Amino acid sequence: MTASVDGNALAGALREIFAVDVTAAVVRCCGCGQAGAVAQLTVWAHAPGLVARCPGCSDVVLRVVRGPDRAWLDLRGTVALEVALPAE
Amino acid sequence: MAIVSPGFHGRRRADPDLPPGQYLTTDFPVLSAGPTPRVPADRWQFTVTTETGAATTWTWADLTAMPARDVTVDIHCVTKWSKLGTTWRGVPVSAFLEDVDTAADYAMAHSYGGYTTNLPLDDLLDDQAWVAYRYDGDDITPEHGGPVRLLVPHLYFWKSAKWLRGLTLMLEDSPGFWETAGYHDYGDPWREQRYQGD
Repeated sequence: MTASVDGNALAGALREIFAVDVTAAVVRCCGCGQAGAVAQLTVWAHAPGLVARCPGCSDVVLRVVRGPDRAWLDLRGTVALEVALPAE
Repeated sequence: MAIVSPGFHGRRRADPDLPPGQYLTTDFPVLSAGPTPRVPADRWQFTVTTETGAATTWTWADLTAMPARDVTVDIHCVTKWSKLGTTWRGVPVSAFLEDVDTAADYAMAHSYGGYTTNLPLDDLLDDQAWVAYRYDGDDITPEHGGPVRLLVPHLYFWKSAKWLRGLTLMLEDSPGFWETAGYHDYGDPWREQRYQGD
């Protein structure tokens, strides 16, 4: 049986690409406009890549594919990622 | 005096049925990029749409009335498992294209649930690809793409779209779901075409 997991499953793959913990960022879905933490996305990990879907409308919000020496990040389902930073 | 190469006899011979980098599995792993669509057979439809927009649709009753083949094929997943000698029943894709007027060189397979994958049209012809509706003597379960999935065993199995609902014929190639996220456009397991540039 295939089951999804939450967005914390993205932490390792995204840490390789970003210098911040992206699972704490707020992501807004292109499909329905719902915003929430990346960690709250529904992630399908038993696949050729990580497929993260909106918990509201189930549209694909982001995808990460890890090759042996490269990674692909598809954000076409993401309106914006809001990343908290230290105050200047 | 005979020349003996001690390393030669000790080396395990690669399985000639396994493409490079693959390992053998006897179960049938389920890979899924989203929720499993549940499509009752009596509501299933399959539509071939040409580059001009002309569409032809078949129902489950149409499909199961067409001459079918029982095929035994090896399947190879890009995540490196291979399963040998799988048995399917399906209708050759070419049967759906016989009366279709097209100049297309490519096709995009569409699935219930939104999945897509692109293939050269030539790879869907001549007993290379089937619209499959039975696996191992039973209906195909939803987890494995039932009621109907595409079966293109000479390419990595992501090209064998589960929950098949249509083919769109295209004059120009266009990447599908995994092909837009780093996976190879063609996906020949014997040439280990896993990722773009392989």
